[in-house]
Amino acid sequence: MLQIEGLSIHYGVIPAVKKLNIEVKQGEVVTLIGANGSGKTTTLRGISGITRAKEGKILFQGKDITKMEAHQIVAMGISQVPEGRGVFPDLKVIENLYMGAYLRRDKKQIQRDVEEVFHLFPRLEERKEQVAGTLSGGEQQMLAMGRALMSKPKLLLLDEPSMGLAPIIVKEIFKIVKRINEEGTTVLLVEQNANMALSVAHRGYVLETGEIVEQGTVTELQNNDKIRKIYLGIH
Amino acid sequence: MKSTRLLKIVAALLILALPLWLRNEYMLHIAISIGIYIMLALSLNTIVGYAGQFALGHAAFYGIGSYVTALLLLNTDLSFWLVLPIAGLVTGLFGFILGSPVIRLRGDYLGIVTLGFGEIIRLIFVNWVDVTRGPMGLPGIRSPELFGYTFTSSADFYYLVLVLVAITVLVIYRVVHSGMGLSLLTVREDEVVAESIGIRPTKYKLIAFTMGALFAGVAGAFYATYISFISPDSFLYTDSVMILAMVVLGGMASVTGSILGAIVLVVTPELLRFASDYRMMLVGLAIVLMMVFKPQGFWGESRRKRNFYGKELADKPQKSAAAVSDSNSAT
Repeated sequence: MLQIEGLSIHYGVIPAVKKLNIEVKQGEVVTLIGANGSGKTTTLRGISGITRAKEGKILFQGKDITKMEAHQIVAMGISQVPEGRGVFPDLKVIENLYMGAYLRRDKKQIQRDVEEVFHLFPRLEERKEQVAGTLSGGEQQMLAMGRALMSKPKLLLLDEPSMGLAPIIVKEIFKIVKRINEEGTTVLLVEQNANMALSVAHRGYVLETGEIVEQGTVTELQNNDKIRKIYLGIH
Repeated sequence: MKSTRLLKIVAALLILALPLWLRNEYMLHIAISIGIYIMLALSLNTIVGYAGQFALGHAAFYGIGSYVTALLLLNTDLSFWLVLPIAGLVTGLFGFILGSPVIRLRGDYLGIVTLGFGEIIRLIFVNWVDVTRGPMGLPGIRSPELFGYTFTSSADFYYLVLVLVAITVLVIYRVVHSGMGLSLLTVREDEVVAESIGIRPTKYKLIAFTMGALFAGVAGAFYATYISFISPDSFLYTDSVMILAMVVLGGMASVTGSILGAIVLVVTPELLRFASDYRMMLVGLAIVLMMVFKPQGFWGESRRKRNFYGKELADKPQKSAAAVSDSNSAT
């Protein structure tokens, strides 16, 4: 579904990711794990067209999207949940959700999809008239995810959904990620929390200073000594 | 509920009949000034409050509208009613042209560039003597005529400005309370997130700039024909700051707020005339205190009760959008 071939992205002269090759197949949850500054977020921003690639190709469903603009990429069916609390803080919850359907015109279906998002995140329904900035961190993360789902993406890009959240909320969020995937959305998940990420993913890539150092299925990664030591903290 | 409605009708009648009970040229002039500044504050609010672009050169657009009007009325036989929309469109075009290159700048940088733009425009007014007569200004600008009737008294101009303000309020209110207004807000809130849901921030910023400039141009056109003399001194950077103060003091991203801000900042200096030279100091002090104790302004966004999607999702029927101010959806 998504193929990244030899992707390099530079910030000025500094390379942030170097010659990445990543593949995401239909229906999968693929995770990119790595420490701070390893290039995970840059990769996601490259895919969604917010940061420009210097070299390489990004193919989505066989089409080259490397040079497309962010809004065209969203229209292709790739939706990103930005890092941190990617919500519009002064807009109401319900307005945030509707904005996610910005590129869609099928009003009735949008209405049903809002209901579906509420079904997935009941807490958002309770707070639908509240201004998004007043939600808790976990709720904001849920809202950002719900909003991304409103564009009916084929591929959902999640950028560190666990960032700064209590472990119990993290578990809840990952449960929902799993459910979103089971309902047919392919997910590319960027995480520092390798344990959680590997618990929902099918395959994973490990990034270090902009390069892929390990890759494989979840079982392969979980049994890799180096990864167990450095990322999973098991000795 | 009933009493607020009655209050509204009484207020509307008082405003309509103002020249009848306010038989005082000075007072009427202030009322007209308020009208001009409401248009300016509202138009700047679309740029600053809704799109979140810190623009400091609004007086330049006001000036362009005035000069276009003055030059057309002095050099051609065109009727004011034709010149008015031309002035608005020309100014809107300037907003678009200025917007295109600078729209990628953010915050302070945009502020400085628009400040520079304001100065450049003023210097053009001063130095392009062949056309603008420089600092001597352009005197003898024609008054509007309607079916053979020439606008002469302050009351005539009062009604003209009232109509223009009503149009401005109505158009801007409709735009900012539509899907476009919501898109503008998302651009203000977080451009990256806006982009990630498929919004093109540059497009909306340009729309805001163009629309803001257009209505400032209309205000300028009215000013030119009302005062009948314009000079570069009327479009200084202090005027830009004053308009910005109205927006901030009234409340960002609020139509009612801009109206209140304009009224307060036009009326207060007049009330403080007894303090002569100190009056602007007092106004400044009032603004500082206001920002310390009520930073969201008189009627800031926190008062926004209407949900953009209220009609589709409301559990209880909402009131129709007949009313112009955004304060009245409280039931």
